[in-house]
Amino acid sequence: MYLYDQYDQAMVDARVAEFRDQCQRRIDGKLTEDQFKPLRLMNGLYLQLHAYMLRVAVPYGTLKSTQMHALADIADKYDRGYGHFTTRQNIQYNWIKLEDAGDILADLAKVEMHAIQTSGNCIRNISSDHFAGAAADEVADPRPYAELLRQWSSFHPEFSYLPRKFKICVIASDRDRAAMKLHDIGIQIVRNDAGELGAAFYVGGGMGRTPMIAPLIRDFVPLDQLITYAEACLRVYNRYGRRDNKYKARIKILVHELGAAEYTRQVEEEFAHLLDQGVEPPFAELKRIRTFFEDPAFAQSSAAEIDRSDPDFALWVDRNTHPHKVEGYTSAVISLKPVGGIPGDASAEQMHLMADLAKDYSFDELRVMHTQNIVLPHVAKSDLHALWTALEDAGLGSPNLDTVEDIIACPGLDYCSLANARSIPVAQKISERFAATGKTAALGELKLKISGCINACGHHHAGHIGILGVDRKGVENYQLLLGGSEAEDTALAKITGPGFSEDGIVDAVEKAADVYLSAREDGERFLDTYRRIGMAPFKEALYG
Amino acid sequence: MAEGLSSTQTPAEGRGPLDATSLRFRDDDPVLDPAVTVDAFTAQGNAVAVRIEPGDDVRELLPSLDRLALVEINFPTFGDGRGYSAARILREAGYRGELRAVGDVLVDQIAYLRRCGFDAFAPEAPLDPDDVAAALDRFPHVYQPAADERNPIWNLRHGKGEELRDE
Ligand code: SF4
Repeated sequence: MYLYDQYDQAMVDARVAEFRDQCQRRIDGKLTEDQFKPLRLMNGLYLQLHAYMLRVAVPYGTLKSTQMHALADIADKYDRGYGHFTTRQNIQYNWIKLEDAGDILADLAKVEMHAIQTSGNCIRNISSDHFAGAAADEVADPRPYAELLRQWSSFHPEFSYLPRKFKICVIASDRDRAAMKLHDIGIQIVRNDAGELGAAFYVGGGMGRTPMIAPLIRDFVPLDQLITYAEACLRVYNRYGRRDNKYKARIKILVHELGAAEYTRQVEEEFAHLLDQGVEPPFAELKRIRTFFEDPAFAQSSAAEIDRSDPDFALWVDRNTHPHKVEGYTSAVISLKPVGGIPGDASAEQMHLMADLAKDYSFDELRVMHTQNIVLPHVAKSDLHALWTALEDAGLGSPNLDTVEDIIACPGLDYCSLANARSIPVAQKISERFAATGKTAALGELKLKISGCINACGHHHAGHIGILGVDRKGVENYQLLLGGSEAEDTALAKITGPGFSEDGIVDAVEKAADVYLSAREDGERFLDTYRRIGMAPFKEALYG
Repeated sequence: MAEGLSSTQTPAEGRGPLDATSLRFRDDDPVLDPAVTVDAFTAQGNAVAVRIEPGDDVRELLPSLDRLALVEINFPTFGDGRGYSAARILREAGYRGELRAVGDVLVDQIAYLRRCGFDAFAPEAPLDPDDVAAALDRFPHVYQPAADERNPIWNLRHGKGEELRDE
């Protein structure tokens, strides 16, 4: 876990003081709402339908237990006793008062947290693989690079008024668990033939109304040029990204309009220039950061055979754990998707419990997944049963990771002022339907994602099944999409045809699932079958 | 007191709002020549002051930096951040003349503008000098290098950089 030194702490403390001052000037009328808006946005404070929402950064999704406890305390003290984990590995609180915002930021600063750059047209919180440092298949822990990028991008003087928001993701394995190619910059840490680590840069991906998969623009940037290369990518974007139309302002449009080759040429030219400008941090800083991410003291022994005699436990183990790089350990996922629940929501009590369990069973560490679940990354297999029992008792033992019940849903019309339709009730109805029919298990891996409008915060383009809320003559209506993937085989889902009512969309999802169940061949997931048989049989079932 | 804001440049107590040229962080005399457009500048060959609009490519000025004494960079709206890159590019190319931010320049952007190399400000709306001083003094450190002299945190941690300012 990265720990602040006096410099990091001084910066965050200064930010709290600055924001208090800005709030005061807003209250005194020295700032108009137009002028205040970008300032509060850069501190994660958003005005929603009913109240302010505060989005707190969880850098690369990593938390220690004291931080999770503090997040729970904030939910209790300033919100309605719960928080909402987001698709950006952050947490947001939906019922915040403006006059409390400064105090909340001060509480966060005490546990080395903040809301800096969680909104606004700046470089946002850096995201990463939720199994980083634990997964058996990575070439290195990607988080030191994410932390270096965090420092570089914090209060960046040149890139705080970009054309649009800017999201960077860092992973370090060929398996993509973080939707890397759907970010403005996706970085994959790779090893070259000479055995050196470097960074592959994918630039210009994104979802929203014009989804794009990021093209590879450089297959190997040496680690001692990483920041300089990122600076070059950003500078070209800051200078030439479109500012005439908010919907065409993301870097994906620039890369698309220039073409990846021309964008790359401009970046390389800027990069060659910046190499002489002393932009790169000393390599000693990367080494210093790496020491924070060294392995915890894993136990050596562990002839761990998991006792599978309890079938409920065995199911949870099969569904909710992920292979660990160290013999005898596993990464355990705490599902925040109880059947009929609100995806990603956790109560203060649940957050406290997850924090305690992390302390007892996972070397004090937790991760937020972009799929709105929580990971305990380093659990000894011999502790799994005790962990599961505690989770079950708290209603956190749903064995449904990556199933049709593990739905990503944006806040939708229940909270969001941009929404066309509600997302949460649709997610609730779908998980209830499949739990009731018992088809969840038969369907296996099926990633379902729901957005309440074209902005795609619920990643519907990347769902094996996606649902998009639209407005049809003032009535909430839902389009169905099939065939997306956010994994290393990134693909964008396609719309099936005319939309459905709220109940109709639940039936439609079930019909699509049934097509798969009757057409699948050995070992095929929903996505594989869709790719093999194409859209036609699904259309036939839905509209025929 | 904010770095670089010498006593002669600090607006006197009770003097009221700043006028267009008084927020300067330079010791030389202000350039009084009117700033011309980039097109006029490259065509004329004798102008010493030029005004950059957000869509201009500031690199067109690089061949003639030595005859420039003033570059004004316009911010039609504060949210259009192209001027930050333009300023840094000029400083990276060795431009040492006055670099003045004009237009919709607000106190909350001043610190970043300073870091990108601006050393004069002529905002459309007057700024409260106390607010400016507070904004420039706010952050004790910086995380990354820019066009100013500040030594980033990652150098301080490792004893690098010329002026180690250990606070
Ligand atoms: S997808 Fe639309 S409705 Fe959902 S959170 Fe984003 S902006 Fe709001």
